[in-house]
Amino acid sequence: MRCWLLPALACALAQPGAAHAADAPPGASSCSGCHAASKTVETAVPRLVGRKPVEIVMAMREFKSGARPATVMGRIAKGFNDPETDAIAAWFGAQSD
Amino acid sequence: MSTRRTFLKLTAAASLAPAVASAQGAGRVVVVGGGFAGATCARTIKKLDAKLTVTLVEPNKTFTACPFSNGVIAGLRELRQQQFGYDGVVRDGVISAQTSAGSIDVSAKTVTLADGARLSYDRLVLAPGIDLNWSGLPGYIEAAAEKMPHAWKAGPQTLLLRRQLEAMEDGGLVVISAPANPFRCPPGPYERASLIAYYLKTKKPKSKLLLLDAKDAFSKQKLFQNAWAQLYPGLIEWVSLSQGGKVTSVDPATLTFVTDFARHKASVANVIPPQKAGAITAQAGVADRTGWCPVEPVAFESTLQPGIHVLGDAAIMGGMPKSAFAANAQAKVCAAAVVARLAGKEPVDPRLINTCYSLVAPDYGITVAGVYRPDKGQLADIAGAGGISPIEADAAFRAQEAVYAEGWFRTITAETFG
Repeated sequence: MRCWLLPALACALAQPGAAHAADAPPGASSCSGCHAASKTVETAVPRLVGRKPVEIVMAMREFKSGARPATVMGRIAKGFNDPETDAIAAWFGAQSD
Repeated sequence: MSTRRTFLKLTAAASLAPAVASAQGAGRVVVVGGGFAGATCARTIKKLDAKLTVTLVEPNKTFTACPFSNGVIAGLRELRQQQFGYDGVVRDGVISAQTSAGSIDVSAKTVTLADGARLSYDRLVLAPGIDLNWSGLPGYIEAAAEKMPHAWKAGPQTLLLRRQLEAMEDGGLVVISAPANPFRCPPGPYERASLIAYYLKTKKPKSKLLLLDAKDAFSKQKLFQNAWAQLYPGLIEWVSLSQGGKVTSVDPATLTFVTDFARHKASVANVIPPQKAGAITAQAGVADRTGWCPVEPVAFESTLQPGIHVLGDAAIMGGMPKSAFAANAQAKVCAAAVVARLAGKEPVDPRLINTCYSLVAPDYGITVAGVYRPDKGQLADIAGAGGISPIEADAAFRAQEAVYAEGWFRTITAETFG
């Protein structure tokens, strides 16, 4: 775990009730347009529900910098600052099926 | 008598009566239109607050999706793969009123349905999609669409255009006319030209495609034009506005497109006509003189009629295009805002994403994406984000975007209809 890199993420994770759909942070609800909320959808795009927040955060940082190859995610990651990304990652991490 | 009959019909259809009876006072939401915006919004509201009574007014038993319908026209997929029912919506607790909305009384906060039944609401969401503007292009009256299909609402029109292409002799001329902005699915005419070109190249290689445009620029233009030069050299001719591409009238009897400079007689004629927000918006007083609906950028509430939200293709969404992805994203933001407002809370300042996939060939996908936030009263692009696929990319990259496009279609339809 490299959470020490991500104080905002740790803060977001510490917030109670982050898993409630009504508390979705800005931007989070758009992700499921491509990243299926349902387990049954056949797609090459990975699901985000229940994924470790640190994995989402690192992926978004690397998409944004260009360090990780992407088709469309580099263009999308650039629309979110670090606290926004961290909050979205924490919220998905707190979701479960 | 008629009131009783419609009451019984609704009750039988969806066990409406108990829910409505118990919902007097607060928490009634009516959603008009069961497409990517409306069906998503209705289901999401119900998921966020199961106590709310949510009624979806949609006359069709089956929704036929426009995204990927260009593939049906080109013979790459079947119309049934575009069709989705409302069982999942009902399973999530949404009441289905399978009829159309006849009129809206904004002061009484009621929707009168086509069958005479009346629904009261605390919040109304209008997501009617587009109507074709039958007075927007001389000669293109409703009956003309049987000769020169628009295929801009998926269904029988999609199949008609496909059958016409299948019946065309090799060496024929396919003509498509594209309208001025704004219209549903900005890259759609160019994806359609691409996939029809794919069909012609593989099945009728002596044929040509002429694309007459009322614009000088279009979505993903450089990507489309590069791909056309690479995949379909000499097959597609695009005529821009400044080159005289604007169609000023059509003659359905002779399949002729008339511009200021020429007359083009087609073997197969596809008219993508001017459009406007679905008719119910004008009746409700939420459409302005442009024919589209201005909304504020946080909850997508009409700036003309408070308490009525407008979503998807019908609305003016600033920088966000009229796409299925955008409609679905707006619907989820609107749902959260409606639930907040009904609970006496202020909705949060949203962020929205759009990603539009187009196929230039079955294994060649391209995208345009954007991230949006409220700014100066409308949704604005976040600077530095978004944009189109790289102009220079290898075949594997294009193929990967085609694979993701297919996944996207399965995801967005599951996300919308359950």
